[in-house]
Amino acid sequence: MPETAIEVRNITKKFGVHTEHEVTALDDVSISIKDNEFFTLLGPSGCGKTTLLRLIAGFEYSTRGQILLYGENLIGLPPQKRPINTVFQHYALFPHMTVAENVAFPMKMLGKDDGETKKAVNEKLELVKMQDFANRKPGQLSGGQQQRIALARALAPHPKVLLLDEPLSALDLKLRQEMRTELKNLQRETGITFIFVTHDQVEALTMSDRIAVMSVGKIQQRGCPTEIYEKPNNRFVADFIGETNLLEATVSKVEGNDIFCKLSDNIILKGEGETGKNVGDPVTLAVRPEKIALSPISEQTEGSFTGKINNSIYLGTDTTYIISVNGKSELASVEQNSAVGKVRFKIGDEVCINVADNAIRILED
Amino acid sequence: MTNQTIAAPSSKSVNSRSASRKFFKIGRFPGFGLTTLLFFLFLYIPIFILVIFSFNSGRSATIWDGFGLNWYAKAFNNDDIQRAAINSAIIALIATTIATILATLASLVLARSRKFKGQNISYSILMMPLIVPEIVTAVATLSFFSFVGLNLGIGNVIIAHTVFCIPFAFMPIRARLQGMDSTLEQAAMDLYANEWKAFRYVTFPLLMPGIISGAMLAFIISIDDFIITLMVSQAGSTTLPLYIYGMVRMGITPEINVVSSVMLFMSIIFVSLSYLIGRKK
Repeated sequence: MPETAIEVRNITKKFGVHTEHEVTALDDVSISIKDNEFFTLLGPSGCGKTTLLRLIAGFEYSTRGQILLYGENLIGLPPQKRPINTVFQHYALFPHMTVAENVAFPMKMLGKDDGETKKAVNEKLELVKMQDFANRKPGQLSGGQQQRIALARALAPHPKVLLLDEPLSALDLKLRQEMRTELKNLQRETGITFIFVTHDQVEALTMSDRIAVMSVGKIQQRGCPTEIYEKPNNRFVADFIGETNLLEATVSKVEGNDIFCKLSDNIILKGEGETGKNVGDPVTLAVRPEKIALSPISEQTEGSFTGKINNSIYLGTDTTYIISVNGKSELASVEQNSAVGKVRFKIGDEVCINVADNAIRILED
Repeated sequence: MTNQTIAAPSSKSVNSRSASRKFFKIGRFPGFGLTTLLFFLFLYIPIFILVIFSFNSGRSATIWDGFGLNWYAKAFNNDDIQRAAINSAIIALIATTIATILATLASLVLARSRKFKGQNISYSILMMPLIVPEIVTAVATLSFFSFVGLNLGIGNVIIAHTVFCIPFAFMPIRARLQGMDSTLEQAAMDLYANEWKAFRYVTFPLLMPGIISGAMLAFIISIDDFIITLMVSQAGSTTLPLYIYGMVRMGITPEINVVSSVMLFMSIIFVSLSYLIGRKK
């Protein structure tokens, strides 16, 4: 059982208290982040993820609640007394110092001697493959290079936890993809707990050990990437992460964990998820488009139902079909284009729809 | 998008557009160029003549007698001018130093602290001396000094100069501070610098061009001041502008041109430096 690195207990943060503009940025949030974990706070802008990060860093004070670092209370400690470093969204490199001076800054502030400082600077610059740039000023570097320096600087004093505030958002797509892998490797190599804030679900899914999805100051769901993607709890999570089909249905039969939902007169789907439902209750079902397989109407199998192709969108590696079922519900299905000779469907085709086993989630209200 | 739809239709609209451009270009109005030229002549010819006649070898400030540096030699050897110049320099240096320090502190408080009640009012009050007519400040300062019985000789002038220099020093410092990313200071604190060290190693070096720029502006304003100095100065604290005014009343010789020219050159050098340093990133 790994140790808990950061324990957030019932944190509430309000801005503008006692004014007419009072805003609750965080509403009774609790999380525990394990030692050596790549943990991501994922959510749209204004969901409170950055506020939570700033509370952990010490830039904001919480209205209520506790934050513990390996069991020690952090509340009341200023940022410089916390063994936690931050990589800022726009890097915040000191423009008047060289790259080496930037990386040496935290070491000097901690009162380390020159030898140790130099060693740490070289080591960290090598880690981010920037040793050739030691004497440049940040203004002479590209965005990606500045990013690496910001990482080296934050890692130099061996913090117990590294906070990353949307550090990839200012980079272009190609570089962003590269940095994802590099960040993940860096986390593995250093063994430091990373808390990563992003609004980009792909970043979250590709890098994280665990994710907490946030919205309106609350944690909507937490879990590993597959859990978050495959088993969303509620409409927000299902909708925010990836593409999803949301279907309105009524519960027709409950058998243990299996809940049978009626989509329309002749279509009954087996879903799993929240179990507190009774026959007759309206529910929302979520199905990922890639879990819906299409086959020609001639190959109808048991448990499948039919629909008509309304639209097809060619995306290179795959094709998205929009299918209408019974003339009302619309479904999206993603089919890979890899199989040579596989039947492609045309707009207007009647098709047979198969939903993969256990692919239907019943969402909380 | 809108531009395209306007420009697209026909050649007729293009023609009318170019016609209207000719018509509405305000700089193309007949006489505008000439007026501008006259304006510049009016502004700079007197200064130009003043500088030219500082090199006059004859006794007159209006009749050219040939080139000579004799008035420069005379002016630099004039004990009274020297004393006035030293007074001006002492007053300007001390007033600038104090004003710049205070302006730096004020700009830090106004731009970096959490919002407090009266922040905008504080800002307005700080800039007020720029709007208040100088004669009002001068008379007020004089009567205030005599009311409290302040009698520090040159110290009185220094205090008065410090006060009106503050807003001039404040402006470039505040501008610099506002253009500075405050996450830099947060980053410094995050990287184990306490507040003082964050200021010492991050804020202050980045603020330096603004501070130098503000100090130079304040210095020039102090060196140049006449009305307030005239009111508060006592015997022995005569500054250069006061001395020049005294000389003018005795009759104009090229010596005045020399002193004025030297002040002009100093001003130009300081303001240029202030501009160049303030512009530097």
